[in-house]
Amino acid sequence: MAQTVVATSETDPVVPHTPQPLQTNTGVSNNKLAIWLFISSESLFFGAFIATYFLYRGRDAQFLKGPTPSSTLNIPFTSVTSFVLLMSSLTMVLALAAIRRGDHRRFRIWILATAIFGMTFISGQVYEFTEFYREGVHLGTNLFGTTFFVLTGLHGAHVTIGIVWLLTLYGRSMQGKLGTDKSEAVEIAGLYWHFVDVVWIFIFTAVYLIPQH
Amino acid sequence: MTTVEDASALFQAPVKRSILDRPRATTGAWSWVTTVDHKKIAIMYGTTAMFFFLVGGIEALMLRIQLAQPNGTFLSAARYNEFFTMHGTTMIFLMGMPLAAAFGNYFIPLMIGARDVAFPRLNMFGFWVFLFGGIFLYSSFVLGGAPDGGWFGYAPLTSTPLSQGFLPGRGADFWAVGLIMLGIGSVATAINFIVTALNMRAPGMTMMKMPVFVWMMIVVAFLTLFAMPPLTAALIQVFMDRNFHTNFFNAAAGGDPLLYQNLFWIFGHPEVYILILPGMAMVSEILPVFSRKPLFGYSVVVFSGIAIGLLGWGVWAHHMFVSGIGPVAQAAFSLSTMLIAIPTGVKIFNWLATVWGGKVRLATPMLFALGFIAQFTIGGLSGVMNSIVPSDTQQNDTYFVVAHFHYVLFGGLVFAIFGAIYYWFPKISGKMLSEYMGKWNFWLMVVGFNLTFFPMHFLGFEGEPRRTYTYPSGMGWGTLNLMSTIGAFIIAVSVLVFLVNVIFTIRRGELAPEDPWDARTLEWLTSSPPPPYNFAEVPIVEARDEFWHRKYTEDDEGRLVKLAPSAASTIPARRDPNEPHHIHMPSPSYWPFVLALGLPIMGYGFVFKLYWLIGIGALITFFGLNALTTEPATEESH
Repeated sequence: MAQTVVATSETDPVVPHTPQPLQTNTGVSNNKLAIWLFISSESLFFGAFIATYFLYRGRDAQFLKGPTPSSTLNIPFTSVTSFVLLMSSLTMVLALAAIRRGDHRRFRIWILATAIFGMTFISGQVYEFTEFYREGVHLGTNLFGTTFFVLTGLHGAHVTIGIVWLLTLYGRSMQGKLGTDKSEAVEIAGLYWHFVDVVWIFIFTAVYLIPQH
Repeated sequence: MTTVEDASALFQAPVKRSILDRPRATTGAWSWVTTVDHKKIAIMYGTTAMFFFLVGGIEALMLRIQLAQPNGTFLSAARYNEFFTMHGTTMIFLMGMPLAAAFGNYFIPLMIGARDVAFPRLNMFGFWVFLFGGIFLYSSFVLGGAPDGGWFGYAPLTSTPLSQGFLPGRGADFWAVGLIMLGIGSVATAINFIVTALNMRAPGMTMMKMPVFVWMMIVVAFLTLFAMPPLTAALIQVFMDRNFHTNFFNAAAGGDPLLYQNLFWIFGHPEVYILILPGMAMVSEILPVFSRKPLFGYSVVVFSGIAIGLLGWGVWAHHMFVSGIGPVAQAAFSLSTMLIAIPTGVKIFNWLATVWGGKVRLATPMLFALGFIAQFTIGGLSGVMNSIVPSDTQQNDTYFVVAHFHYVLFGGLVFAIFGAIYYWFPKISGKMLSEYMGKWNFWLMVVGFNLTFFPMHFLGFEGEPRRTYTYPSGMGWGTLNLMSTIGAFIIAVSVLVFLVNVIFTIRRGELAPEDPWDARTLEWLTSSPPPPYNFAEVPIVEARDEFWHRKYTEDDEGRLVKLAPSAASTIPARRDPNEPHHIHMPSPSYWPFVLALGLPIMGYGFVFKLYWLIGIGALITFFGLNALTTEPATEESH
């Protein structure tokens, strides 16, 4: 917190006595290795819920319980918000490239765009959840309600955390505390963001694309 | 020391002091709260886990008193359920795993020649989550009932909504949320250990020169990393079913309770190896030192450990043989379970070959290590019996299973931990534990342990069911149960001897030499206890068992020749007054504490459905995380 060097210009602050990044045995920095490990752990978390979804797919018809996916899901609408989310990965890449070049103005534009795309996706999810709730699909209605809301809801929570993370980076850049030397912080947030996007590809395929009754 | 620093601070430009300033204390209670030194964190892990070991042990004694005779009335059925649930939960999540984290924390950096772990503040966060998680779980006793659905918490028993619940009280909620919390801490520690061991090794310390201990801790960390998420998923599903009327395990709506069993045991079986591999790791360090021989077949031991870690993912359904999974699945999981006996057996034979022909010193650590091998082998053999489906069908849910896993986890893990404490205590505290009391500790524990758990094999064969608060007279189980109860109290006496030994040693034990056991690995190269920066100069590693090779060489006929102490093997004087000031160590921090504090607050919010409390917890977590990631790991010296 006792940050004394404040960058005033758009170019990189030259911080005296900045500790040099340590040479690591693997050549991958500690932070990056850690986020990869975290992502690998998260994969199993989502894997468990996706497996649950597949296990219970179609069981409602058997038990004659309530609304089914085909009568509920609005595939065109969610395809659009999914496209927006996937495009946010592109803007994330552009943001990282910009900060690596030292172009902080463009970095801020792209990181903000990424966050806004994420928020668009979340807004779509909120709309979708509300719609379904009005149609009478809630957590306890049947297995579809249970698995759908919990799986997509947990993904939405991850996207929301990602948005907060991106906005924090944006704020720090505005304060001039995110120089090119800290571009790895952006890269790590990016890895998380891409991961959340990739998970959505799996969830979207499982829930919306594979035909079911 | 501090007065000099205070004086120099006066002459400096006025530094803005605020609550957000970096903590500076290096001694006293506050320094323990804010420390990021892996050795201090390890001591906190160790003492907290030993405290929970005593709590879990007292619960076990209560259970044993209740079961000593037929128709026991010492505990009510409800209290008995709480105690056996909390005994299992405590020993696994609050004793076994944190003690492995304690030893890993202390010795991974020292053994690989590093100054600290890769993420010192994440390390501290892991400890606080463990402590808060433990307090959270135990607070349930006064906040509406302790968990009472078993440590495995099978759905739908645990997942049926409170209103129509089989389990009254908030116990199952505390259990689910508490375990999710502890899982977060475990994953953080696992990531830290892997990155440290892969990235922070001293020059020359290749992977195949690492001590087996470090190797096994890497395997354990990977198992933790991948085992916790399925558990978290299962716990979230249980919590949602219980509190938000979802249908995950509601059979009336098509939900499948077997899903819970699968998710739980996909965590639960790797968890068994998460618990036992650290024990194997400790024994693999102790045996060579007290046999004065290198570990027999180092690479085979390492690869066997990795093989156990990998095979551990393919055996979970052997916990579900009687759940109706069908003959094909039964046969497959039976075979994969038997396969695990191969790498395990390889390890046992390697340990025996290490001791074989060595100059064996039967000091206390060695006694515990040998006890580990013998008792773990018995537990392993009864495990193979359990892997045979017809045999398991007979033994399932009887005391035979209780005997089996206590031979592995008590006869194995706990013996290894006690051996490790006797072995490394001089390094950690600078004092030698009493060998006299140590031997009493060991022999009482061997007698007590076998008296407690060996009769349970027979009780199991005679059909005494687990998790049942009493049994009628006339079953003929009274005598064996009484023996078992007496054994449990002998274990308690043994632990008491250990506590007296520790307290006596800390008060006025004899000072330990730097290398009391003539050991082999790098942690003995530095002083006892090590300075905060571990090594004044980072060692250059040339051999496996580097420290040994700095002390000894072989003559032409293969006999050991002691080398004259050279500069390379000189140990820095204890408490070197001229501590090297050029070493930049990570600075202490408040934020791991703040970050971890948010979690139990959110946890109480979830259990009692107080949404504002969840919000406060989330805000604290966010604030802590933000502050933690924006402050530099090492503060610039002013």
